[in-house]
Amino acid sequence: MNDAPAIEATNLTRRFGALTAVDHVTMVVPRAQIYGFLGPNGSGKSTTIRMLCGLLEPSEGEARVLGLEVPRDAEALRTRIGYMTQRFSLYEDLTVRENLEFIGEVYSIPRRSRRERVDELLAQYELADRAGQYAGTMSGGQRQRLALAAAVLHRPELLFLDEPTSAVDPQSRRDFWESLFALCDAGTTILVSTHYMDEAERCHALAILDSGVLVATGSPRRLMDEIPETVVEIEGDDLRAARAVLDDVDAVASVAQLGTRLHALVEPGLDEPALRLRQHLAAAGVAARVERVAASLEDVFVSATRERRAP
Amino acid sequence: MISPLRAVAISPLRVLKISPLRVSAIANKEVRQLRRDRLTFGMIVGIPMLQMMLFGYAINTDVRHLRAAVADLAGTQRSRLLVADAEASQVVDVVRRVESAEQLEALLRAGEIHIGLFIPADFERRVQGAVRVPAQLLVDGSDPLVLQSARGLAALPVAGTPRRQAEIGDTFAVRAYYNPERRSEVQIIPGLIGVILTMTMVLFTAVAVVRERERGNLELLITTPVRTIELMIGKIVPYVAIGLVQVTLVLVVGSALFRVPIRGSLLDAYLAALAFIIASLSFGLLISTFARNQFQAAQMTIFFLLPSILLSGFMFPFDGMPRAAQIIAEALPLTHFVRLIRGVVLRGASLTEIGADFLPLAIFFAVTLSVALLRFRKRLD
Ligand SMILES: Nc1ncnc2c1ncn2[C@@H]1O[C@H](COP(=O)(O)OP(=O)(O)OP(=O)(O)O)[C@@H](O)[C@H]1O
Ligand SMILES: [Mg+2]
Repeated sequence: MNDAPAIEATNLTRRFGALTAVDHVTMVVPRAQIYGFLGPNGSGKSTTIRMLCGLLEPSEGEARVLGLEVPRDAEALRTRIGYMTQRFSLYEDLTVRENLEFIGEVYSIPRRSRRERVDELLAQYELADRAGQYAGTMSGGQRQRLALAAAVLHRPELLFLDEPTSAVDPQSRRDFWESLFALCDAGTTILVSTHYMDEAERCHALAILDSGVLVATGSPRRLMDEIPETVVEIEGDDLRAARAVLDDVDAVASVAQLGTRLHALVEPGLDEPALRLRQHLAAAGVAARVERVAASLEDVFVSATRERRAP
Repeated sequence: MISPLRAVAISPLRVLKISPLRVSAIANKEVRQLRRDRLTFGMIVGIPMLQMMLFGYAINTDVRHLRAAVADLAGTQRSRLLVADAEASQVVDVVRRVESAEQLEALLRAGEIHIGLFIPADFERRVQGAVRVPAQLLVDGSDPLVLQSARGLAALPVAGTPRRQAEIGDTFAVRAYYNPERRSEVQIIPGLIGVILTMTMVLFTAVAVVRERERGNLELLITTPVRTIELMIGKIVPYVAIGLVQVTLVLVVGSALFRVPIRGSLLDAYLAALAFIIASLSFGLLISTFARNQFQAAQMTIFFLLPSILLSGFMFPFDGMPRAAQIIAEALPLTHFVRLIRGVVLRGASLTEIGADFLPLAIFFAVTLSVALLRFRKRLD
């Protein structure tokens, strides 16, 4: 029983009227891993998570979570999963401690161990000196630590985190991920949605969603290694001109700007891609340094979401 | 060139730095939002319509068809004619015939009748002699409109007397029970408990649930092991206590400041209030499953409150309303509470006499709570 994957979804689909928010998603999430859900706004990350928690009825397909069928066995699942909603959903007019106490009571944790657990969490998530503060007056990062503390209070086996680090500064995000790794090491399975590449890269495995469709799955390493296109990096003074030139080259599938550089995804068939692009740029009189590079996760993302847009 | 008229029209806006474009931007946005809020849009029409129907059609201050009982100890042809004339006036509907004044009083106290016609055994002699008023009207004085109608009945002529009516004077002597001084506060305050409870209890629970949905708390709450019934009971319990505090407040202030007598048992009064509070709270829960935001919850409460106040007998006697309005009133918990609380507080009735009004409250509670539970599933869709 315990060897079963944490999540198995088969053709999970959800429609809202004419819109298909989640479109036949099939995926397996192994236990004790951090599994990332990467996708742009509106790609169906929250909707998928809600179906897996038993909050939304799938229009089609099925899902087994911790060996239980949802939404049928959703009630039995409640004590074994934790869910951190995308929007802050604790009580803003209760204090930090009151919120945690409340969650502890809702999960029927006996009084004495509840107090201990709350104190432990307050210390662990650096909320101890804010225990008496109203949740509504806390900063984004503090709220998010509180929400995580509330989600793990009953020591769930499986944790759903829906964009937990939006509105959080980079340092806090790093700290937050440290806590996630600690939970994972302790055996918790974590499904986390994000649209930050650096966060996605930390996950053991990733699923990239685009318009409700699962367009790529695998470990970040494998996804980057197995990207079908060749990635060529262009560095120069006039990136705009360079871009205009590259957009007209047939073999270039897409061009994206990453900081001060351009990344061109070149169709796999082309020989010596860097040389060819260099020639195109030189012919157009654009001075640039052109070099073939290893794919980044961003390239994987562009590649994966592109294939669906322009088949 | 700017025409003088235009200059005059624009200058005050200029001085106040009001931009017509910005004002109209806000007004247009408001109209759009209003149009999309179907409930509010409906209320714009619904509330005036409801008010007009209630006041124009259901409410009638010229009260007729008051339930009455007759104790005719004389049993002569003349006395029977008098009762028939009283019925023909349509002011009273005789629903019971009894043997004594005591029985009439018992029926009054139990709230079964509003008026008792007592015709003494020496009725014929009284009609002949001018010394004493021939008959008596025993009136439930806890409702001033009833009392007023009874007074109209007092001068009903006695048929076929050799003497002129002017010599006899009034045919009936009016005896007002329960509120002999006819103070309106005595009549209003017990029922007011019910109006206050309807307002607060329904609104509080409805808003308490809708607020959680609005703020996103519900999405978290429904992923926890909390069961729907636990959530609902947990929501109701604190407000039961608040409701009982309100009852106490009105009773204490009512008797201290307004000298409202509390004739029945306090325990009975609280039992009635408790039943009513629970019925109102479960209705609040039901509203919360329909309302999408707190404003809608408040509107629905008003929509429920209006007919409750106007049809329950709190403001106008139940007997005077047309049949359709009475049927609606029977479905409203306030109607039954007003009967219970007036019976206990003003008439000193015990629950064994008037307890029948608990049943509709229990049914109302069971139905609204079941529907609320069915509608409130632990899902987001
Ligand atoms: N209750 C609903 N009714 C109608 N459409 C909905 C509903 N919930 C979600 N959608 C639509 O489904 C699609 C997927 O939404 P979802 O919230 O799952 O996206 P997401 O990946 O979580 O986006 P984000 O990164 O912005 O949170 C969107 O197009 C959204 O508009
Ligand atoms: Mg989302």
